[in-house]
Amino acid sequence: MTRSNIALLILIACVAALPLFGGAYALRLGTIACMYAVLALSWNVVGGFAGYPSFATAAFFGFGAYFAGVLMGKGWPLAAAVVAAAIAALIAATLLGAVLLRLRGHYFAIASLSLAEVLREVVNNATDLTGGGMGLNIPLASGSGVMAEATFYFYAMWGVMLLTAIMVIVVAQTKLGFALNCIRQNETASSMVGLNTTLAKSIGFGLSACFVAAAGGIYAAWVHYIDPSDVFDILYSVKPIVMALMGGLGSPLGVACGAFLYLGLEEVVWRNYIQIHTGVLGVLIVLLLLFLPHGLTSLRFDRLRRRAKHA
Amino acid sequence: MQAMQILINALVLGSLYACIAIGFSLVWGVLNVINLIHGSFIVLGAYLAFGLYQSLHLSPWYAIFVAAPLFFALGYVIQRLILNRVITAPVLVTLTLTFGLDLILNNAMIYFFTADYRKLTLSPPLGSVSIAGAVVPVDRLIATATALLLTGLLYLLLRRSRIGRAIVAVRLDRDAAVLMGVHVPSIYAVAFGLGAALAGCAGVLMALIFPISPLTSSAYLGKAFVVCVLGGLGSVSGALAGGLLLALVESVGSTYLGPSHATTLSFLLLIIFLILRPQGLVGRKGFE
Repeated sequence: MTRSNIALLILIACVAALPLFGGAYALRLGTIACMYAVLALSWNVVGGFAGYPSFATAAFFGFGAYFAGVLMGKGWPLAAAVVAAAIAALIAATLLGAVLLRLRGHYFAIASLSLAEVLREVVNNATDLTGGGMGLNIPLASGSGVMAEATFYFYAMWGVMLLTAIMVIVVAQTKLGFALNCIRQNETASSMVGLNTTLAKSIGFGLSACFVAAAGGIYAAWVHYIDPSDVFDILYSVKPIVMALMGGLGSPLGVACGAFLYLGLEEVVWRNYIQIHTGVLGVLIVLLLLFLPHGLTSLRFDRLRRRAKHA
Repeated sequence: MQAMQILINALVLGSLYACIAIGFSLVWGVLNVINLIHGSFIVLGAYLAFGLYQSLHLSPWYAIFVAAPLFFALGYVIQRLILNRVITAPVLVTLTLTFGLDLILNNAMIYFFTADYRKLTLSPPLGSVSIAGAVVPVDRLIATATALLLTGLLYLLLRRSRIGRAIVAVRLDRDAAVLMGVHVPSIYAVAFGLGAALAGCAGVLMALIFPISPLTSSAYLGKAFVVCVLGGLGSVSGALAGGLLLALVESVGSTYLGPSHATTLSFLLLIIFLILRPQGLVGRKGFE
């Protein structure tokens, strides 16, 4: 295991200690932080390792939220519903990936963007099952206290984050990660030397969808009410990309740090400039892409050192 | 009778869709950038028409002459100052950048104009006429004619003028165009400016027909996506063919399945086209 992957696991372990220190607000932030890390780490498998510009995160997040939400409405326990949503997303995304990932560049970006739109419209129109535009109420779990419930959802989301991180590390170290790397560098050449690129891409896409759907399911149970424009929000597709770009594409540690940093910035902006917070987010994205295109990990100290040597 | 009405509705809607998509398609084709601000440009154009009519009683057809140069300048500056810095970056970066710009513009519009729906109502209203047994409101008819006129103008510009030929040359082969002495950065800026100008004009036309709100920008953008993929990228005829096909599918779909399924249908069509015929109806293969 590389040093940065060990650092990632240590970081995640540190996050688990949060309930010892913070109150309800810290727990809420921590839960969102874990959720963002799940989205960003998952996106990294397709976007960072394989280099495909995927905007499908929102589609799988919403899929998981609704799949688990509907099952819970039918009386399933949380864990079973979330696992079922994750497995369904894994299968659906692997099959979809085999079709969609034949597209490259702009066409793939558009297709993955429209996936969320299609799902949103389907959910909007299937009023009998999902409640359509009225949204879906998810029954409260039990009569335990507010704090106990907050702690429970925090650890649920944290668990998904841990699983995602382990998945990413395992993928990076096995043949699959190697194959995805080859695809990023030169897909035609890697299929020429006998790599089954379709299979590798599809499995990568499926794995990246699976944990996002689980996070969506827990999110649905956590907030008790979901509606299509909330969980299929295109921002859920773009935020993981911004986080990954912040932290540095491809590196799991960088991506997780990017997610936490992004949440911090978002929270500060949201608290202070509620009316213009999306605009400020836009400015942040533009500045990041113009001036720091390789993320914060590209800010190395050796540059400072070199400058010092010149001086 | 009903078939005629569906056909005419599709024709009206289709030329408007073509007008929405044509600037988007130009930018995608020439600059190789998926321009997510396009939807907000359209809404901004609609607000411009609304504001001019409210304050100066300037009819929307004159508002086009105000909107075109203003939006051209806006697009030119945005491309020159911001987009040009990342123009060679992979699609992920350019797309996310235009998304960021869109967030800024859309938030500014919500802040200044609020998210309330507004409607430009002409007084006196223009009424409607019946053509071959189908009823068409006159304002829609005018918007359609103007949309077709704008499309034709762009076609002439690309075909006949020096700058138009240079834009087409850059689209076909950037490197060869450079060798022929075309200054690519300024062509990029002009193409982006034209895209913005067309979006602004389309917005003025939309103000005649649809309610105006910053929240509608993503719907326009979605239409532009679908039209571009259906018709094929970067050509005027492609946008026209895609717009008409989309409108036909939506009109028929909403008549027989109900309007709520029309959008689903159009996005399904998009995904089917992406998989089976990514070059679109009239596009050429290998022409990304």
